[in-house]
Amino acid sequence: MTAVVAAVAFWLAAWGLNVALARSRWRKARAVRIAVPVIFGLAVLALWQGLVRGLEVSPVILPAPTDIARTFVTSTDVLWQDFVQTVLKGALSGYLIGCGVAFVTAIAIDRSAFLTAGLLPIGNFVAALPIVGIAPILVSWFGFDWQSKAAVVVVMVFFPVLVNVVQGLKETEAMQRDLMRTYAASYWQTMVKLRLPAAMPFVFNGLKIATTLALIGAIVAEYFGSPIRGMGFRISTGVGRLAIDLVWAEIAVAALVGTAFYGIVAMIEKLVTFWHPSQRVG
Amino acid sequence: MHRALPVLAVLAVLTAIWYLGAWRMNTPWALAQAERAGVELSAGELFTETMRQERPRLPAPHQVAAELWKTTGEMALRGRAFSKRSLIYHGAITLGATLTGFALGVALGILGAVAITYSRVAEMSLMPWAIVSQTIPIVALAPMIIVLSNAVGIEGRTVPKAIISAYLCYFPVLVGMVKGLNSPSASQLDLLKTYNASGRDSFFKLRLPASMPYLFTSLKVAIAAALVGTIVGELPTGAISGLGARILIGDQFGTPLAIWAALFAAAILAGVLVTVIGGVQALVLKRMGMAR
Amino acid sequence: MNDTVIRADNLDLTFQTKDGPVHALKGVSLDIGKGEFVSFIGPSGCGKTTFLRCIAALETPTGGNLSVNEMTPEEARKSRAYGYVFQAAGLYPWRTIAGNIKLPLEIMGFDKAEQEERVKNVLQLVDLEGFGGKYPWQLSGGMQQRASIARALAFDAEILLMDEPFGALDEIVRDHLNEQLLALWARTGKTIGFVTHSIPEAVYLSTKIVVMSPRPGRISDVIDSPLPAERPLEIRDSAEFIEVAHRVREGLRAGHSYDD
Repeated sequence: MTAVVAAVAFWLAAWGLNVALARSRWRKARAVRIAVPVIFGLAVLALWQGLVRGLEVSPVILPAPTDIARTFVTSTDVLWQDFVQTVLKGALSGYLIGCGVAFVTAIAIDRSAFLTAGLLPIGNFVAALPIVGIAPILVSWFGFDWQSKAAVVVVMVFFPVLVNVVQGLKETEAMQRDLMRTYAASYWQTMVKLRLPAAMPFVFNGLKIATTLALIGAIVAEYFGSPIRGMGFRISTGVGRLAIDLVWAEIAVAALVGTAFYGIVAMIEKLVTFWHPSQRVG
Repeated sequence: MHRALPVLAVLAVLTAIWYLGAWRMNTPWALAQAERAGVELSAGELFTETMRQERPRLPAPHQVAAELWKTTGEMALRGRAFSKRSLIYHGAITLGATLTGFALGVALGILGAVAITYSRVAEMSLMPWAIVSQTIPIVALAPMIIVLSNAVGIEGRTVPKAIISAYLCYFPVLVGMVKGLNSPSASQLDLLKTYNASGRDSFFKLRLPASMPYLFTSLKVAIAAALVGTIVGELPTGAISGLGARILIGDQFGTPLAIWAALFAAAILAGVLVTVIGGVQALVLKRMGMAR
Repeated sequence: MNDTVIRADNLDLTFQTKDGPVHALKGVSLDIGKGEFVSFIGPSGCGKTTFLRCIAALETPTGGNLSVNEMTPEEARKSRAYGYVFQAAGLYPWRTIAGNIKLPLEIMGFDKAEQEERVKNVLQLVDLEGFGGKYPWQLSGGMQQRASIARALAFDAEILLMDEPFGALDEIVRDHLNEQLLALWARTGKTIGFVTHSIPEAVYLSTKIVVMSPRPGRISDVIDSPLPAERPLEIRDSAEFIEVAHRVREGLRAGHSYDD
């Protein structure tokens, strides 16, 4: 019981510290803006630890964070192998192909107002669908290895990216287009010098949504058949074998990879669209 | 009609491509069958053969439509709409979990947005994690959510599925509402200040009504996300009912038609849900005089 | 000042809208000579911007004749005969000021060294030396508009078309830019078409003031300015200036009387 009390006390103390920080005169400082959520996260972990230990929850149901951390450290080879299989081979290759194809498609249909008008509502609708359901079909088409996972990812990321690029290419003001006309600029000059740069905030919106979808697709596809490695494989078999701590370690990897993947794309976005009002510093 | 024409044209082209794909992908099997039977197929016969296989690599659109009708309308006509073999039954299971998750997610999203709008600590502690939460592939967590909710003593699969779907749909609501609650201009807020209005008044008379257009826009995203969440929750967890489970079972029994029919049922359900929210949005905003 | 650069003859432009046809321009005839500074003034809907856009081939007249440099407007546009300045600066936020000025030069295929040279020159011309490396959103509205004028000057077209370029700026900045624009015009000898709402601005800047009136959009008066070429700001208090301004105001009032 003391563990529970200690955990709750720690949580309250951490919240109190956050309140103090949020009211302090350093609240605008970068360090504080980072520290507050980190403290909050640590407090949640401590609460989890305290509750699991204090209430003596079986590790088969919910292991304590420290147990998960221990498993994480001792099974890095397995985790690395799964990471390579699922993230690098499945998700990343599918992401690059899917985003690339969507981008090229968007530019290819751009010249036809008719095609754009037809594809945009369909793309918007399909982007909202549970496309992940096609995973078993693609696994049966492309086999158990990473190619089928990449295929699932390609289909999943295609529509959100397509829709965002098409939308982005529409984002120029009439005045900016008139300006290009007064220079007698060609279609491709207008595309490269005006429309593509103006589309970038939208393009990156699509690319960011696609990062999460790529991981979801690669992991779910493994539930429908995979070689004996991969994060989805490990999670689905781990639940059956009651290797719950390993499952949580995989979840931790998935969470870290997901955040890092998103973060990297967001960083590139910052570099490319530094000029956009949402990105300007100050 | 003016708007529908390009959409219909593109749909027609997609269907044609689909038929072409079905023909190409089902040809090897049709040829193998013909060889086994010792018959020579003409091109026309080969094409028909690829269009009516029982377990095609890629079923033709009309096969999917027939399967869909067989498992919905036809069963309903025979009074067996809620038989376990009917997609209406499975659709209802999925719909139930989706709506539960949606309600939960929307409540969470709105509460979170109010907390973030009014409390700086909440904003600073929660907002980064809300963003991080959306970058985590929830499917990884799905099996654990089911293990956990079983351990806590929750029977059935609706609640864990609803939790996954709430996880996916709270975020758009949270973001939309934070934007919406902060959408009144400084002068509108100042006006209330000159009336010495209470915080309660400024919330109910200004911020909340002002946030409605934002809320509905995000609700449309959220309901679609909730459905995705439910199906994701059904896929990896060995569920036996629900549209996701039909996909899973179709995979295990090797019946591609069942998978495709379930996929299309899910798409139709998504379309209906988004349309319904859109209708409510139009109605409410019109009542509030905010319709554009 | 005798060669005619822009010649409009009985120009019509009718837009078809849901509420029936709108006559944006009706029977507009006007000659603009080389090196003239012509202002178009009138209430909104009088077609002054539409006329400027016709010259720039951004709109197509539905009747009459229009020639620019003895070509059709479309041919003139393709031969890059004019620079156009819009009401908003419209600088691309992802390019620096220098990068924005280079934009037309890149499109028109000037070589790198020439581009640098021209950017340096026009920045000097609009008094923005040292700001080439800044981004547009780091500058004030007046500076942005000067940069957009520099952009229009960079490829050295003979004609400069300006559509209420200073309309969004406050009066003090506007006075300053007007003075600079006159100096620039004197130095470069360009033919300028200038759309404005402001009577003092039109009178101060122009050699010729075209007063327009709406429904249908047409020319109601053309005034050749008697003011000298050399114009300090104080000229706005002179009797001549006030007289011209008065005539413009009369013209505006006459065109306006029947519609409210």
